[in-house]
Amino acid sequence: MPTATEQKGVAERSMGLGLRWLNRLAGSDLLDRIRIRKQVERALFNGTKNGFRTATAAGRTFKAAQNLGKPARQATGKPRSLFDLSPDDEQQMLQEGVRDFAEAKVRPVAAQADAERKAPAELLEQANELGVNMLGVPEELGGVMHEQAAVTSVLIGEALAHGDMGIAYAALAPGAVSTAIAHWGTPEQEATYLPPFTGEDTPAAALALLEPRPLFDPLKLETKARRDGEDWVLDGVKSLVARPGECELFVVGAEAEGLGPALFVLEPGASGLSVEDEPAMGLRAAATGRLVLEGVRVPAGALMAEGKREAYVECVQRARVAWCSLAVGTAQAVLDYVIPYVNDRTAFGEPISNRQGVAFAVSDVGIESDGMRLATYRAASRADQGQDFGREAALARRLCTQKGMEIGSDGVQLLGGHGFVKEHPVERWYRDLRAAGVMEGALLV
Amino acid sequence: MINLEIPKKFKPLATQANQVATEVFRPISRKYDEAEHSYPKELDMLASLIDGMNEGSDIGGAGAAGVRRESKGDEDGNRNGSNLSTVLGIIELCWGDVGLLLSMPRQGLGNSAIASVASDEQLERYGGKWAAMAITEPEAGSDSASIRTTAELDGDEYVLNGEKIFVTSGDRADLIVVWASLDRSKGRAAIKSFIVERDNPGLKLDRLEHKLGIRASDTANFTLQDCRVPKEALLGSPEIDTKAGFGGAMQTFDNTRPLVAAMAVGVARASLEETRKRLEEAEVEIDYDTPALSQSAAAARFLEMESDYEAAYLLTLQAAWMADNGKPNSLQASMAKAKAGRTCVDVALGCVELCGSVGYGESELLEKWARDAKILDIFEGTQQIQLLIVARQLLGKSSSELR
Repeated sequence: MPTATEQKGVAERSMGLGLRWLNRLAGSDLLDRIRIRKQVERALFNGTKNGFRTATAAGRTFKAAQNLGKPARQATGKPRSLFDLSPDDEQQMLQEGVRDFAEAKVRPVAAQADAERKAPAELLEQANELGVNMLGVPEELGGVMHEQAAVTSVLIGEALAHGDMGIAYAALAPGAVSTAIAHWGTPEQEATYLPPFTGEDTPAAALALLEPRPLFDPLKLETKARRDGEDWVLDGVKSLVARPGECELFVVGAEAEGLGPALFVLEPGASGLSVEDEPAMGLRAAATGRLVLEGVRVPAGALMAEGKREAYVECVQRARVAWCSLAVGTAQAVLDYVIPYVNDRTAFGEPISNRQGVAFAVSDVGIESDGMRLATYRAASRADQGQDFGREAALARRLCTQKGMEIGSDGVQLLGGHGFVKEHPVERWYRDLRAAGVMEGALLV
Repeated sequence: MINLEIPKKFKPLATQANQVATEVFRPISRKYDEAEHSYPKELDMLASLIDGMNEGSDIGGAGAAGVRRESKGDEDGNRNGSNLSTVLGIIELCWGDVGLLLSMPRQGLGNSAIASVASDEQLERYGGKWAAMAITEPEAGSDSASIRTTAELDGDEYVLNGEKIFVTSGDRADLIVVWASLDRSKGRAAIKSFIVERDNPGLKLDRLEHKLGIRASDTANFTLQDCRVPKEALLGSPEIDTKAGFGGAMQTFDNTRPLVAAMAVGVARASLEETRKRLEEAEVEIDYDTPALSQSAAAARFLEMESDYEAAYLLTLQAAWMADNGKPNSLQASMAKAKAGRTCVDVALGCVELCGSVGYGESELLEKWARDAKILDIFEGTQQIQLLIVARQLLGKSSSELR
């Protein structure tokens, strides 16, 4: 148990995190700063045709920074005594910071990022500075959150996706890896891989569960890990991975021989590991691609959580909540966009919003997006309190899948022909919102 | 600190209400569905028990009488008060039987109106009595601003004249809260509510309705003919304030819409729980980790309905929580009512389909819940009225712009 002073320290550090970010944002030098980290050969990657494979980037060398002995874990929060929908002060500050960021920096470049299939590097860097990729890292390893931060992650995902879902996916994908390792990593994995996520030079990384086939079920993986002596050998294909060509670290889901579905840590550059471009309907700013594993050999130490099924299932559940948070933010963006539009647009001599057929569609967007939000908050809050949240995650996902899609469609419909052209963002949201029901893994709260 | 679980302090209340629903309501549910218009005498003892529960606690009871706005917080300015506890109690009781809940002595929507807007003197005077609510007229349903019943001041009394229909518990209640206009030329601002004693000679019962559902609850039609009530029977201010408009009268609805949403949540939950049990007997397990579309069509449909239920439930808690914390919740109250009303109908009818003739037949209560459900998307503001309110709020429109 941490002492009172330690806890105060945590609060101050968390506070400092947000202030540090706000301060950074105020000065434009952040935009101009040159990254030190070795960039992957993007040009080569971008120039590849669909289906053309490139080797994964051999990135940094990860070395265990300390010997932990036992895994460091964030504490679950105390059961809360009261029903409450207000974020705490810290969460509110982070939420406001990310909202401003999303509005001022993300939204203006969203259309271009979508068209170019590239999230501006400095934007991802700024998101890192905010600490979005270290929310799951325990304090012992340089993290800032003493307790589990699913609700905080949801608030941040929601706020960022209000700017753009594709950029949000690109920005938050590395955090899924740090969170996965922080939750289910061995002491060695934690000591080796987590420290870089708390510094300025955060590695691009991806959590890959989804596979390219109809009716994909994350509990029945076709990616197989078979034992070979002390090693594991992995074969399979992972789908819609964010920026796979740039990733310096992967966590991959595979059906482990004798164990069931499990998570493995992989470093790029391994023989048999390659990436393929996989452009999709939406999430284009995340430059989605496939990760192809052909006889990829990893040591026994690559297996996470000893292959325990509960850990894998929890990973699936946490990912679902994370995708819900993005859907909620994008749905809110639709609502905020259509309101002024239908109020300004006139037909038959009056604003179209004076007609019930239009107005009621707006009501439904409002009602269903609020329902999606509350269901997502509930799942995340239960996770933070150490309660089962599989049911809540599934229901939130169902809502975000169905209602999110309808909201995307209504957003375009309310603008009519104008909604169908790229002059307005609603067509992008239509494409992006479909992702919430398709994606598995990839993001975590 | 975001938390959407039921606070521990309300668990005993929810458990008690659930016991009442299980032990008292469910066993007589079918009986009073069949014996429409006969008074469920089993409820008298229960009503006293609930009065006792209300007396003995500061967190409000299970009935509609508890909704009154309060301002002080429990911790960090956050309050879980009588609006939330009442909603939770109603969900449990309507999981038992919504018709019987509506028949609970002293827990009528008129009691909510009194609790919401009455002065301390009026609370004193009318406390402990059963109050029904009379708004609808043959020519004015959702359009409550155009009601024709009039109230004329004559010395120290108001004289009421008009016709009221669809008065829930109108025959059984001690009091009827009647909406009437002080001056029909002044529109909605002139509409006030008046407390009329049930035995007032000017209040004549015309008939009781025969209904699709909630048959345990009596629905009365009245004529008010030179019905004289004391000046003090007017709820709220007698001033006709055209600026404040409908506010006074409508404030009641901000508090009662979440209660009706809670009724819908309760009925939906009953249908879902029974259906889950039946599906399990048919060897269909609902699995939350496997994607819905990789399960059977029945399981996928169930998950879809349960997710709508979850949204309705949480929107309802949100509206009540906001009321407890003195936050304006007109938007959220209507969102909750709209979502819960339509979800309840969709879920209850969907459950009948999933259970086949077991769901459709009278041997089980599923068909009854499907009939009961429909009223919950109609009274206290239809689905369409809720969508209008939500749209006006979201779009910043007046009722003359968006009609």
